[in-house]
Amino acid sequence: MTTTPELESAAVRLSTAPEPVGPQRPRQLMAPVRRLWRQLTSMRTALLLLFLLALGAVPGGFLPQRSLNPVRVDQYVAKHPTLAPILDRLSLFDVFAAPWFAAVYLLLFVSLVGCLVPRIRLHARALRKPPPQAPGNLARLPASARWETSVPAEEVLGLAERRLRRWRTSRRGDALGAERGYLRETGNLLFHVSLVLLLVGIAVGQFYGFKGTVLVKEGSGFANAIASYDDIHPGRRFRQDSLVPLHFTLDDFRATYGPDGKARTFDAKVHYATSPDAPMAPYDIRVNHPLHVGAAKVYLIGHGYNVHVVVREKDGQVALDDSVGVPCLPQDARFLSTCTIKVPETRGPQLGFEGAFTPTTVRDPKTGRVGSAHPAVQAPALTIVGFSGDLGIDAGVPGSVYSLDHTHLTPLDGGRPHILVPGTSWQLPGGGSITFAGVTEWSTFQLTQDPGKRIALVAAIGIVLGLCLSLFVRRRRLWVRVRPETGTLTVVEVGGLARTDPDAFAAEFEELVSRLRSDIPPAAPTQATSTQEAE
Amino acid sequence: MAHLSDSLLFVAVLVYAMAMLGFAADAAARRASRVLSVEAVARDLVGAAGPPVTVTERPVRASGWVGTVALGLTALGWLAHVTSVVTRGVAAGRVPWGNMYEFSSAAALVAVTGFLVLVARGRVDKSLGAFVMLPVVLYLGLAGTVLYTKVGPLVPALNSYWIKIHVAAAVTASGAFLLSGVIALLYLLRVRFDERTVVGGSVRFPVSLGRSLPVAGSLDRAAYVVIAFAFPVWTFAIIAGAIWAEAAWGRYWGWDPKETWSFITWVLYACYLHARATGGWKGPKAAWIAVAAAGALIVDYYVVNIFVVGLHSYA
Repeated sequence: MTTTPELESAAVRLSTAPEPVGPQRPRQLMAPVRRLWRQLTSMRTALLLLFLLALGAVPGGFLPQRSLNPVRVDQYVAKHPTLAPILDRLSLFDVFAAPWFAAVYLLLFVSLVGCLVPRIRLHARALRKPPPQAPGNLARLPASARWETSVPAEEVLGLAERRLRRWRTSRRGDALGAERGYLRETGNLLFHVSLVLLLVGIAVGQFYGFKGTVLVKEGSGFANAIASYDDIHPGRRFRQDSLVPLHFTLDDFRATYGPDGKARTFDAKVHYATSPDAPMAPYDIRVNHPLHVGAAKVYLIGHGYNVHVVVREKDGQVALDDSVGVPCLPQDARFLSTCTIKVPETRGPQLGFEGAFTPTTVRDPKTGRVGSAHPAVQAPALTIVGFSGDLGIDAGVPGSVYSLDHTHLTPLDGGRPHILVPGTSWQLPGGGSITFAGVTEWSTFQLTQDPGKRIALVAAIGIVLGLCLSLFVRRRRLWVRVRPETGTLTVVEVGGLARTDPDAFAAEFEELVSRLRSDIPPAAPTQATSTQEAE
Repeated sequence: MAHLSDSLLFVAVLVYAMAMLGFAADAAARRASRVLSVEAVARDLVGAAGPPVTVTERPVRASGWVGTVALGLTALGWLAHVTSVVTRGVAAGRVPWGNMYEFSSAAALVAVTGFLVLVARGRVDKSLGAFVMLPVVLYLGLAGTVLYTKVGPLVPALNSYWIKIHVAAAVTASGAFLLSGVIALLYLLRVRFDERTVVGGSVRFPVSLGRSLPVAGSLDRAAYVVIAFAFPVWTFAIIAGAIWAEAAWGRYWGWDPKETWSFITWVLYACYLHARATGGWKGPKAAWIAVAAAGALIVDYYVVNIFVVGLHSYA
C-alpha cells in the first residue's frame, strides 16, 4: 500500500503507538537524557526486552532451580564440578531471583510505563475529539464507493448519519466523518496497565506474604507459630503477629491407590480451631481442597509413614517407646522410605538405627535387596542397621533428626541389616532389643498467606479482558461526502480505512455501502462503483 | 467404548492421510505447467547439479475436484476424530484431556477445526491442506503410538473442575498455535520462493513448494488471525492454571518448569504481536518469531513433560 497524503491524514490518531525514534539534534542540556528516555520507551526497545525476558527464562526452564528443588541443584552441582560453579556465579540456579533477570523485567516495566502514560493521555484526548476531517480525495482510501442520487445533499448526510448511529460521527461542511472501535485502544491500555498491577500484586505477596511447611504425625497437633514450622519462607516485610491464630490435630491420613500404584485420593482428616477456647471443628484437607482460615490457607502437600518402635535395654527397661512414631522420608513413588531412629536415653552407650521402611516389601532373589512394590501398606517391613556409641546430640551442634552422625558410633552385628515385620524384634548383640510395633502415617502441610493474591487476580481479569478488546475490536474510519451535481443530482462519495484486518473491513464496508445505497437510492442510470475508481 | 475411541482415531488418521494425498495431488495438478513441475521434481531428485530452470509464475487456476474431495475427506476425518475424543471422554467418565495422549489428540482436533474454519471463512485457500494435514497426521501417529495411554482415572492433583477449564483452554490455544506455526513456516517458504523467482533465480525443494502456496500476504494475515485468536485463550489458560495452582499447590505461580515454559511461550507470542506493529519487524522477522514461539510451545508440552522433573510430571 503506497502512502498518499489522503491516507496519512485519514489515519491520523487512528493509533496512539509511539513514533519511531529518529536521530535528534541535541538542543539543550537534557537532550541526551531525553533521547535515552525516548529510546527506552520505544517499541523496538520493548521488543528487545521482551526477547531478553523469554531468553532469560530459558535456563530456568531447563536447569534445576533452588527455589523449587534444592536437592536436585546439589545433585547437578555434584555431577558437573567444573560447569556448575560458573552457572552458579551467573545465578542460573536462581534465575527468577537473579539480579540480571530483575533488571530485564524492571527495565521492561519502566519502558512500559513510559510508553503507557503518553498513550493514555493521547487516547483520552482522542475519546473526546470528533473524527478527523475528511481527506481530499476519498477515492484514494483503501475502500471507497461513489454514486449519484436525486436525494438532496443535506438529506443524504442526514440519512447517512442515521445509518451510522452506532459510530461516532461529526459533520463538517459537505462531509460526515465517522469512527468506531475506540475500545481497541482502551483494551490495549487496560491490558498493559493490568500487567503493571500484576507486578504490584506479586511484589506485595513477596514482601508481606508468608509460607511455611510442617510435618504432622497422625494423632499429633500443630499450633500456628513461627517456631512450629520445619521450614519457613517469610516475606521481607512479614510480621510474625500477622500469622493467623490456628491450631489443628491430624486425626487420620488416608491415601488410596490403584492396582498400578498410582495415587487416587489423599485425605487428611483434621480438627481445627481458630482460638484456644473455640471448639474444634472437623475438616478434610485434600489436594485441591485446602483449609481456609482467615487470610491463610492450609494445603496438604505430602505424606509418608511413621514407624513405631520400642527399644529395651538388657534388663528389659524401655529406653524408647515412640507412640507417635518416627517419621520416615519417602524416596520413591512406591514409598521406600528412609528412617533414622535415635535412642539417647540409655544407661549404657547411646543407640542409633538407620534403615528403610517398605510398605509392600519385596526382596530381589539374587541380590537380597529389599524394595517396595506398592505405596500402600500390604506387607510392611523395617530393614535396619544398628549402631552404638555417642549420637553427638549433647555436643550442642544442631544435627538433623533425619540422619546419624557416625563419628562416634560403631555398627552393631558388623553392620548387618535386619529385617523386621510388625510385632517382631531384633535381639541386639550387647543385650536389649528393638521391636517394630507398627506403622502410622504423617502428612506435610503448607500454610500460605499472600496478601497480594487479590490484586493479582484483579490484574489477571484486566489482562484477559483488555487483550480480548485489543485483539478483537477493530478501529475504523469512514467519511461520506456529498457534492451537488448539475441539475438535481447529488454525488455521494464514501471512503474508509481500518488499521487492522483489511479483509474484514472490506466486507463490512461493502455491506455498509449497500445499506447506504438502499437508504440513498442511486439515480436511474447507475454509476459504477468500485473500490478503486478514479475521479 | 474405549475400543471404539481408539478405532475411530485410527480411522481419522487414515482419512486425514488420504486427504493429505488428495491435497498434494491437487496442488501438483494446479501447477501452471505440468512439464515444468516434472522438471522441478527431477531436479529435486538430482539436486543442484541439474540444469537451471527458470520458473515463471502464471495465474493459478481454481482448485479442481481433487481438492474438493480432499476437503470432504478432511471433514470426514474430523467427524471420526471428534467422535473419538467424545467416546474417550465417555469411556473414562471425565474430560478427554487427562494425559498426554488425550491432550495431543484434542490439540490436533483443534488445529484441524481451525483449518476448516479458516477455509470456510475464505481466510486461507484449501491448497494449504497438504501442509496442514502432514503435521497433523504425524502428530496423531505419534500420539497414538508413543504416548498412548489406556483409559484410566485421574491422579489426585488433576482431580478438580479446573481441569475442564485450564486444560480445555490450553488444548485450544495449543492446537491453534501449532496451526499458526505451520502457516508461518509456509509464509516464510512462500516469501523465499517469491524472492528467488523475482530475480529470475532457480528454486529447489523445499522452496519450490512455494509455487503451490497462496500469496504471501494472505498467509501472513492467516497466521496473525490464528495467533490473535489463540493468544488470549493461552493467556486465559495460564491464568486459570495459576488459580488452580493456588488451590492445589498453595501458590499461584512458582516457576515450575511447565509454568516457566508457558511463560516463555507467552512472551514470544507477545513479541510476535508487537513485532507485527513495529517498523522493520513486520513480515518474515515476525513470522520467525511465531515459529520460535511454536517451538517453545512444543518444548513446553513434550520436553517438559517427558524429560524435566516438575509438578506437571504426571500423565
